[in-house]
Amino acid sequence: MTTYQEFIQQNEDRDGVRFSWNLWPSSRLEATRLVVPVSCLFTPLKERPDLPPVQYEPVLCSRANCKAVLNPLCQVDFRAKIWACNFCFQRNPFPPSYAGISDVNQPAELMPQFSTIEYIVQRGPPAPLIFLYVVDTCLEEEDLQALRESLQMSLSLLPPNALVGLITFGRMVQVHELSCEGIAKSYVFRGTKELSSKQIQEMLGLMKPTASGQQGRPLAPQDAVAASCRFLQPVHRVDMNLTDLLGELQRDPWPVPQGKRPLRSTGVALSVAVGLLEGTFPNTGARVMLFTGGPPTQGPGMVVGDELKTPIRSWHDIQKDNARYLKKATKHYEALANRSAVNGHSIDIYACALDQTGLLEMKCLANLTGGHIVMGDSFNTSLFKQTFQRVFTKDYNGDFRMAFGGTLEIKTSRELKVCGAIGPCVSLNSKSPCVSENEMGIGGTSQWKVCSLNPSTTLAMYFEVVNQHNAPIPQGGRGAIQFVTQYQHSNTQKRIRVTTIARNWADAQSQIQHIEGSFDQEVAAVLMARLGVFRAESEEGPDVLRWLDRQLIRLFMFHLRRSPFLQVFNNSPDESSYYRHHFVRQDLTQSLIMIQPILYSYSFYGPPEPVLLDSSSILPDRILLMDTFFQLVIYHGETIAQWRKAGYQEMAEYENFKQLLQAPLDDAQEILQTRFPMPRYIDTEHGGSQARFLLSKVNPSQTHNNLYAWGQETGAPILTDDVSLQVFMDHLKKLAVSSSA
Amino acid sequence: MNVNQQTPMASPYGQPQPGYGQPSYAPLGGGYPAPYAPYNGPASAYQPGAPPQGPARGPPTSGPPPVSAPQPYSQYSQGDMQNGPPTMTQAPPRPAVSQPYNPGGVNLSGPHPSYPQQYGAPPTMQQVTNQMTGMQITSGPPTPAGPGYVPPHSSQPPINAPYSAAPPPSYTQAPPPAPSAPTQPPPPSEPAPPQQYYGGPPPSQQPFASSAPPTSQQPFTSSAPPPPAQQTFPPSSFSGPVPPPSQAPAPPMSQPQQSFPPTQPHFSSAPPPVSQPAYTSGPPPPAQGSFPPRAPPPSSQPGPFPPSGPPPTSAPAGQYPGPMPPQPQPQPPPPSAQPSPYHSGPPPPRAQMPPTSMAQTNHLPPGPQGPPGPPGPLQQPPPQPGMQGGYPPQQNGAFGQVRGPQPGYAGPYPGQSNYGAPAPAPAPAPPAQKRLDPDAIPSPQASDLPAVQKSRHRIDPDAIPSPIQVIEDDKAKSTEPFTTGVRGQAPPLVTTNFQVKDQGNASPRFIRCTAYNMPCTSDMAKQSQVPLAAVIKPLATLPPDETPPYLVDHGEGGPIRCNRCKAYMCPYMQFIEGGRRFQCGFCSCVTEVPPHYFQHLDHTGKRVDCYDRPELSLGSYEFLATVDYCKNNKLPQPPAFIFLIDVSYNAVKSGMVSIVCQELKTLLDYLPRENPDVDSVVRVGFVTYNKVLHFYNVKSSLAQPQMLVVSDVSDMFVPLLDGFLVNVNESRMVIESLLDQIPEMFADTRETETVFGPVIQAGLEALKAADCAGKLFIFHTSLPIAEAPGKLKNREDKKLIGTDKEKSLFQPQVGFYGSLAKECVAQGCCVDLFLFPNQYVDVATLGVVPVSTGGSIYKYTYFQAQTDRERFLNDLRRNVQKKVGFDAVMRVRTSTGIRATDFFGSFYMSNTTDVELAGLDCDKTITVEFRHDDKLSEETGALMQCAVLYTSCSGQRRLRIHNMAVNCCSQLADLYRNCETDTIINFFSKYAFRSVLTSPTKTVRDSLVNQCAQILACYRKNCASPSSAGQLILPECMKLLPVYLNCVLKSDVLLPGADVSLDDRAYLRQLISCMDVTESHVFFYPRLLPLMKLEGDALPVAVRDSEERLSKGGVYLLETGLHLFLWVGANAQQELLINVFGTPSFSQIDPNMTSLPVLDNPFSQRLREIIDSFRAQRSRYMKLMVVKQEDKAELIFRHFLVEDKSASGGASYVDFLCHMHKEIRQLLS
Repeated sequence: MTTYQEFIQQNEDRDGVRFSWNLWPSSRLEATRLVVPVSCLFTPLKERPDLPPVQYEPVLCSRANCKAVLNPLCQVDFRAKIWACNFCFQRNPFPPSYAGISDVNQPAELMPQFSTIEYIVQRGPPAPLIFLYVVDTCLEEEDLQALRESLQMSLSLLPPNALVGLITFGRMVQVHELSCEGIAKSYVFRGTKELSSKQIQEMLGLMKPTASGQQGRPLAPQDAVAASCRFLQPVHRVDMNLTDLLGELQRDPWPVPQGKRPLRSTGVALSVAVGLLEGTFPNTGARVMLFTGGPPTQGPGMVVGDELKTPIRSWHDIQKDNARYLKKATKHYEALANRSAVNGHSIDIYACALDQTGLLEMKCLANLTGGHIVMGDSFNTSLFKQTFQRVFTKDYNGDFRMAFGGTLEIKTSRELKVCGAIGPCVSLNSKSPCVSENEMGIGGTSQWKVCSLNPSTTLAMYFEVVNQHNAPIPQGGRGAIQFVTQYQHSNTQKRIRVTTIARNWADAQSQIQHIEGSFDQEVAAVLMARLGVFRAESEEGPDVLRWLDRQLIRLFMFHLRRSPFLQVFNNSPDESSYYRHHFVRQDLTQSLIMIQPILYSYSFYGPPEPVLLDSSSILPDRILLMDTFFQLVIYHGETIAQWRKAGYQEMAEYENFKQLLQAPLDDAQEILQTRFPMPRYIDTEHGGSQARFLLSKVNPSQTHNNLYAWGQETGAPILTDDVSLQVFMDHLKKLAVSSSA
Repeated sequence: MNVNQQTPMASPYGQPQPGYGQPSYAPLGGGYPAPYAPYNGPASAYQPGAPPQGPARGPPTSGPPPVSAPQPYSQYSQGDMQNGPPTMTQAPPRPAVSQPYNPGGVNLSGPHPSYPQQYGAPPTMQQVTNQMTGMQITSGPPTPAGPGYVPPHSSQPPINAPYSAAPPPSYTQAPPPAPSAPTQPPPPSEPAPPQQYYGGPPPSQQPFASSAPPTSQQPFTSSAPPPPAQQTFPPSSFSGPVPPPSQAPAPPMSQPQQSFPPTQPHFSSAPPPVSQPAYTSGPPPPAQGSFPPRAPPPSSQPGPFPPSGPPPTSAPAGQYPGPMPPQPQPQPPPPSAQPSPYHSGPPPPRAQMPPTSMAQTNHLPPGPQGPPGPPGPLQQPPPQPGMQGGYPPQQNGAFGQVRGPQPGYAGPYPGQSNYGAPAPAPAPAPPAQKRLDPDAIPSPQASDLPAVQKSRHRIDPDAIPSPIQVIEDDKAKSTEPFTTGVRGQAPPLVTTNFQVKDQGNASPRFIRCTAYNMPCTSDMAKQSQVPLAAVIKPLATLPPDETPPYLVDHGEGGPIRCNRCKAYMCPYMQFIEGGRRFQCGFCSCVTEVPPHYFQHLDHTGKRVDCYDRPELSLGSYEFLATVDYCKNNKLPQPPAFIFLIDVSYNAVKSGMVSIVCQELKTLLDYLPRENPDVDSVVRVGFVTYNKVLHFYNVKSSLAQPQMLVVSDVSDMFVPLLDGFLVNVNESRMVIESLLDQIPEMFADTRETETVFGPVIQAGLEALKAADCAGKLFIFHTSLPIAEAPGKLKNREDKKLIGTDKEKSLFQPQVGFYGSLAKECVAQGCCVDLFLFPNQYVDVATLGVVPVSTGGSIYKYTYFQAQTDRERFLNDLRRNVQKKVGFDAVMRVRTSTGIRATDFFGSFYMSNTTDVELAGLDCDKTITVEFRHDDKLSEETGALMQCAVLYTSCSGQRRLRIHNMAVNCCSQLADLYRNCETDTIINFFSKYAFRSVLTSPTKTVRDSLVNQCAQILACYRKNCASPSSAGQLILPECMKLLPVYLNCVLKSDVLLPGADVSLDDRAYLRQLISCMDVTESHVFFYPRLLPLMKLEGDALPVAVRDSEERLSKGGVYLLETGLHLFLWVGANAQQELLINVFGTPSFSQIDPNMTSLPVLDNPFSQRLREIIDSFRAQRSRYMKLMVVKQEDKAELIFRHFLVEDKSASGGASYVDFLCHMHKEIRQLLS
């Protein structure tokens, strides 16, 4: 028997699933007592190079409200050619194509190693990928130039048959027609006017005027494609055109008076983008990519007025209810996000500015549609450039690591119900018997739309054991959960991936040790953190902290508590939104890094070693490499810094020093290569201003308050009033033993 | 027939006329061809030259040839002097005729006297004229010496030159004479006339003058005198009292005329009365006085003439002699012509006067008689006096008092009276024909007879006032520059070429008034019903020989103004207290003179620097405005032009889009600028549209233009700022690329729907965004039915026409455009609309914005690239290039007693005083009506100051000031003597065309007729001498009122034919609203030129707009200001056709041609020159239509023969005159 550790790892590798408990308490009461719910992190598109998709349709349970997919857990009667659904126990005959089925001739989906299986199905014509660039032109020339180049570069990364479109905006919103020769043509919308989807489509000429000329009706599909062709063209056809167009992209020509912000019609631009796609390619995978260099300042979705003397809202303003545009803007973007999600289009936000850009209001665009959010200081930074490039990375098959229009459906065996999901998804409001009334995250449904997926997209799923205490589960019974993910592969195929897992039931009273042993603290920490973040989005910060404090999660909670996911102090609303956005979609490893940054120490005394994220780790003769997911900090201790300044690394006899300096750089490079979004890379040293990034993360075990460590060579003191881990733990212990609540 | 008008012209030719006249008659009866044929002959002969003529004339001079001689003369001098002679010549025949007429008229006796007088006068006149002519001639000759005569004749051809030259000098001299004039009290009036006469004659006369009356005055007399005459005249005129007496006589004269009308009205147009009095008083003295002096010469002349004279008898003799003289002096004729004009000039009043007697007669006579008159008197003492008296008075009148002259006229007429009514008609006819067919001189008498007969049966069209006659008379008398220094002086008619010298009042090119002598009280004004209005064309283009208004800069404080009424510094400000203060001429308020403007006064109380400062010595000038006069207290940005082109299916298919784009490429180099050496600062922008709008970014840094489509037409905005309005030179490459691509881009369009309101909004928003004023050029094809603000529906409903609801069709369909116009005006956004409709587009609604913003509408119905391209492009070119001001506000200030109460034109008014014009170009005219709010004083007259604040095309803020002073009178007769019918018609048409918005057209027509009847009745009742009710008496200067009024009533707007679309009517209605007098005149009474002969630089004399005047053998050119027709008679001579069309066959003429083939013959060249010059005169290009007689297109052409019955039921001139007469009689009874 393998250890739980191995079991967990194996499950994760095979199915992309990690459960907080790998033995499930057999009744509701017991489950509740465990505090941490039965829940899991699920990575729907976990890369499985070893998993060849099968080229046929899945076999479904014939019960109307079940429709579970045939899987290895089903009981099969090979003679009768009948299988029993393991969720509803319906007995289903095999379809004719399975006539040859037998003990020795089993279809893949019945083999245990295919607990996760992918089907390629033929439904309708293959839909092209669509990329709609929505570009802010209220940028500094330098930024705009960088952005132009990035966009031009991105064209070469797109598959030739992908459709591209371009919308630019500033004071006005321009939808560029791409098919025209000679004159560059664009449709212009006023940046201040809320337009319905129908109006937008009419104005773009996507409606066929009826004879009476009164009301347009949508074009027939083929006409719509033809009409939309003006705006969305295959890359191979408009490559040159679009490159020129981007090259000629001018800064917004409207003068910006002194003391004003440029007028930026982000809200309308997105509305037009959504309307355009809605009218032309509903239910087809598409990415709207918003590039913005500042906050929306006019029209629907405006976040701040154009008066520079009025700063953009801060947490302080929000708490004081002083953010006058917040609610309206949020509502606008939420509406857009929902419309977009319904049609399976995702929206990315690439916001590069020194000040806030309104991510707080706009975050839902990406959060609900599976889009990316990337935040940077300028488009002219490698952070943006490389991150953007990484959006288009390809897998071993040469396909984009992205999928579109995903629908995730969950089926559970009777003892379980699904409470909800937390991740880049929206509810499809699909009621089924396995939906719990108790919502956690986005609940009340058994289906979610995940408009854009990539191999690392991970959702947290929360379940509830509904089995009553007095209705024990038969010994040896297993609970099962099936994840059915339908999506559009980046090669335009429609695919369905089915993952079916099962866990044993355990009686909490008799098998408490087993259950304890099956606890996966890492995933539990992340799952609880997601719950915390989800609540933080909707509740006041301190309440969430208190709630968290009441949950007993070991070390992680200390850092989580201090993390920007929950703490808004020192973070702008935009930053908070940004961090939370990423936190709720990254896989376990990344999530853990976010919660508790990793600190490596490099020295002459041995190979690099992970050290405690503690101020005591900051020593003069060490180089530290900290990875917080969003930042990558290389910190040179005092002595090292002096050596470096003296230029020893240039001297042949100090080759080892040079190597020492190089080591963390190489490691950092490795991380930078794979991380999405690119972390902010910081190279600093003792006393450097950027050292704050490190100092703010470490456990303040030595502060100006506990002088006992003062002057010792054990680390660097942190000037903070925050409690150190020591204090926190003491407090925690006290609570754990003293209170029963 | 035709001749009447011509007659006058002919009359000058006088001599020839007789000949012609006869021929003409013959033609009438028989065939035109004949006459024409002869014509050609003569014509050719003429042109060739004086030389040939010389010989011909030679004979005439000799006298024996009288008849023949006259003809030649006529040809030569035609219009000018000869009137006298012609009459003379005609006179003989006329008598007979006239008599018949008279009979027709009221009383034989009456007629006799009057007519006789007139006609008699004519004879006398003729004699007089002879004398006059003689004088002139004689004078001419004299100088040359007896022998000189002959030589002169030979020289005649050259004469023209001499004349022209001569006159000017005379004028210059004139001033001096003035003083002298006064010296001659008795003759004053006379002198004046003589002077005027002289003026005309000057060249030749000068000597005479000197010798004669002028003697005292300057010999020049003639020329010189005229001017002085005018000046002096006033006084003399004032002597006016005399006139009354003359009038008395006049009445009789008129009566006779009336007698003619018996059946119908007579026009003893007002003149008679007036003239009569004038005559009586005036005549005698003047005649004597003035004539006397001249008389001598005449006498001498007579002497010479006598030879010729003998044959014709006295009168004829006189005439002949007259003619003779001219002949002898070939040049003289021209001079004579001028003189005649002068005569007439002096006569102008007289001219009016003449009408008094018989419009026609007058017409005829005026020219001829006028001159002849004087001579006549000499010859025939009795009549002459009258005549002379008349003339002088007229002159006086012209200057100040018409009365004097009128009497004189009357006199003359009376003298000729016999001729008068009867004669005139015949006479005119003959002349006309003569002109037409100089050669066809067949038998004058014979021709006369038929005419007479005609007259008996019905009113002879030749017997009623002829516009042509009046026009020609005025031309003849206006040889000297018109100086504006004298208050209340009526300028020459719009049809006359004259030079203006600004001496303190605005040039008539800027302001024309309906009356130059306003009634002092509102009661008088009400009684007379004569509208008091000024037609103002603030930015009128001046001919190159006149100085444009000077620009005055009063420094930072801005223009100096009256403290109370805010009138601007002008010549009417009276400086007092040594120059420290000035008293406002308008409100009498006293204002301090700012220190920097202080100047000492001279002993007359004038500022020493008076003549150094335009604002103190001129009628028109400009001030540089300061920032206080700018919107938002910010100096304006240079204006912008935005071209908005419809690219819907129809627009593309008709070729309009490609034509516009092609043209714009070159046209953009001709944007208006003030300094021709500097590039225009006007920026340009481009928009195309159908159901949506396409803006273009043509920024110079772009390699290709960018198109920005705005589909949100419900809420228009400008999608870009930088790169939309650009400097042409900087963005030339991009613009050209754009203009090349537009036609291609939309070549395959299938979009048929268009919007319109958003198009204007787009332009407006663009100007707003650029914070400048400017002009939109919209090229539009169809009714805007697409869903958008300002959407329209087809409401053309023929059933409504003629009903009370008809007015609704002229009103805008929706209120949207009204409020849009308001916004446009606020921004200084002027909209010019070029329409290319294939069906109803609702001009009434689409035109709201252009009309309210000072823009223009051009309409090219069924536009076809091939045939309409030229017209459209010329209109466009002119429109783009013409001088234009933006964001203008006009205000008219008046002296206490009257005020501006109503305004007509293309503008917007947000209050009752300020006329706001988003754009104001050099063709736009604003008509202002005045009403009394108090009494006016005769001493101070009435002052008005029109101030226009505008932004020039270079972006400079300026104030243009026009000042105008008119006299005030307490006698209605003075009012009637100083009216300008053309201007009155301009006002009436605008008033009526606006009224159709609120009243049924029938009501409008009726009230127009009613008002005119009241005007004329008031005159008849208060100014004319008592006479039979059956007699129609018209004021001299309003004798054309009926004919013109009829034209207004028959216009498409007020009386549409079945084929006239609602759009056309709305279009015309809006077009008229901003027309100046020149354009409205030719619009209502088209110019119809016979083209059988084209000689020298002079235009052929026009004929009246009646089918009867057209000869089957001829070719005619008709011009309305909007249309140009070339009518080809079915029997036109081959030679003519070859010359014009290059084909001898009538049937081979292509009726679809829009330009004449370029043929290398003098005739073709000259004809094309004429056509080009006509086009150059009008603000809109006239497409040439070739109309072959009996062709379908002739229907259209006939529509413009406004003296005839119209297809839509409009009355003929004759019928309408009868109707008017009836109305007047009803009012009187």
